[in-house]
Amino acid sequence: MALSGLILAGFVLGHMSGNLLMFQGEGAINAYAQWLHEHAGLLWFSRSILIISVLAHIWTGILLSLENRAARAGGPATEATRQATIGSRTMPYSGMVILAFIVFHLLHFTFRAVALNGVDYGDNVYAMVVAGFSSKAVALFYMISLLLLCLHLSHGVSSVFQTLGLRNERWRGRLDVVALVYGWVIALGFISIPLAVLTGCLK
Amino acid sequence: MVHGKSAHDGETTLALKLRVWRQSRGVPGHFEEHALAAVPTSASFLEMMDMLNEQLIRAGQDTFAFDHDCREGICGMCSMTINGMPHGPLPGVTTCQLHMRNFRDGETITVEPWRARAFPVIKDLAVNRSAFDKVIQAGGFITARVGSAPEANNTLIGKVVADEAMDAAECIGCGACVASCKNGSAMLFVGAKINHLNILPQGQPERDRRTLAMVKTMDEAGFGNCTNYGECQAHCPKSITLDVIAKLNRDYLRARVKEFFSSTGKPSKGGD
Repeated sequence: MALSGLILAGFVLGHMSGNLLMFQGEGAINAYAQWLHEHAGLLWFSRSILIISVLAHIWTGILLSLENRAARAGGPATEATRQATIGSRTMPYSGMVILAFIVFHLLHFTFRAVALNGVDYGDNVYAMVVAGFSSKAVALFYMISLLLLCLHLSHGVSSVFQTLGLRNERWRGRLDVVALVYGWVIALGFISIPLAVLTGCLK
Repeated sequence: MVHGKSAHDGETTLALKLRVWRQSRGVPGHFEEHALAAVPTSASFLEMMDMLNEQLIRAGQDTFAFDHDCREGICGMCSMTINGMPHGPLPGVTTCQLHMRNFRDGETITVEPWRARAFPVIKDLAVNRSAFDKVIQAGGFITARVGSAPEANNTLIGKVVADEAMDAAECIGCGACVASCKNGSAMLFVGAKINHLNILPQGQPERDRRTLAMVKTMDEAGFGNCTNYGECQAHCPKSITLDVIAKLNRDYLRARVKEFFSSTGKPSKGGD
């Protein structure tokens, strides 16, 4: 859970940084996409690591949730919470929405099978993204999913350190802040693009 | 303690509505509602339960079974979930050290046993915590020569290590960590026990074996997994911190790596 999560958390930072090339103009993002496709070996190496991480993350997540639910035996009739954050308590749910989002996102921009009105954008990634986010519903779904990713990361990134034994009470608070800031940076970085398209800054 | 009326003149008393869990072994349980009047605010929660049981006896009814022993906060026997909180609303105390001044007159108080698959209900509020004993049997000990006491200054222990071990050794094994955990995980308990022994010189010879065996036994007992909610730390009557879980994870990782690369004592058949 922690190791696959660490890889995925690292990936979203790289993905987000690449996406910000949208703001450098049509040339920059299309050249970046071109470069990725020219280095097919590197691309597929990263993709295979990603696929393995995602599958491992889902599998361990399901196992964890089922085992924990069984161990709890229903819990008390009146449940009280003193310390558990909203992020920590909603990990399986935010995770499931993010998974649904990933599936949609792949169908949308990787396989280009949905929500593009059947237009073939070829190598023009810039035009595809602008067209993809011109639908308010699609852009909104992206933004909500990314806010949930922020919530997911705010607990996950800090938990990685606990699982690896690299945390104590002095560092827990600091790492929680690091995780929250990381989550917001990722989410706002990604959200800036559909938001810019919706507000007409990118066209 | 004088029951039924206050031990001190003019002391405030409470009239309470109690919802208490009633269950026999192997049968589904349910809540029973009882009214209890004239509870002195100086009474401990267990003394309040005693008053309830006396009232039930006078009415010819069955009493509620609940665990208790020292009643001074060090034995780890009391095990009640009060209004959803193991050991009740006051952090850092056991049920026996929780006093009725922490409740309001007319309040409805819900009293349940520890809820976890690994702690089956014996009767009413008493649960079977022998899963903890099994974890201790798996590695919560050191092997030492018994007989005459060793010279106290033979093995010197630095203050920092001694303090840390003592902090972990504060765990009384009550099970509030499991009961408060939304995953029914016993990591705080096992972490405390492992840390207590693993950082002391006396615990070194069996350090890796202890860590692996205790974690394995914990998993087999049906406890859940840690997902870093932190509820255990917030409900622990001895305020054991999540530090012991991080260190348990570290020691476990270390022991697993060492086990994986342990020597077989023989050359490999491949022969290079």
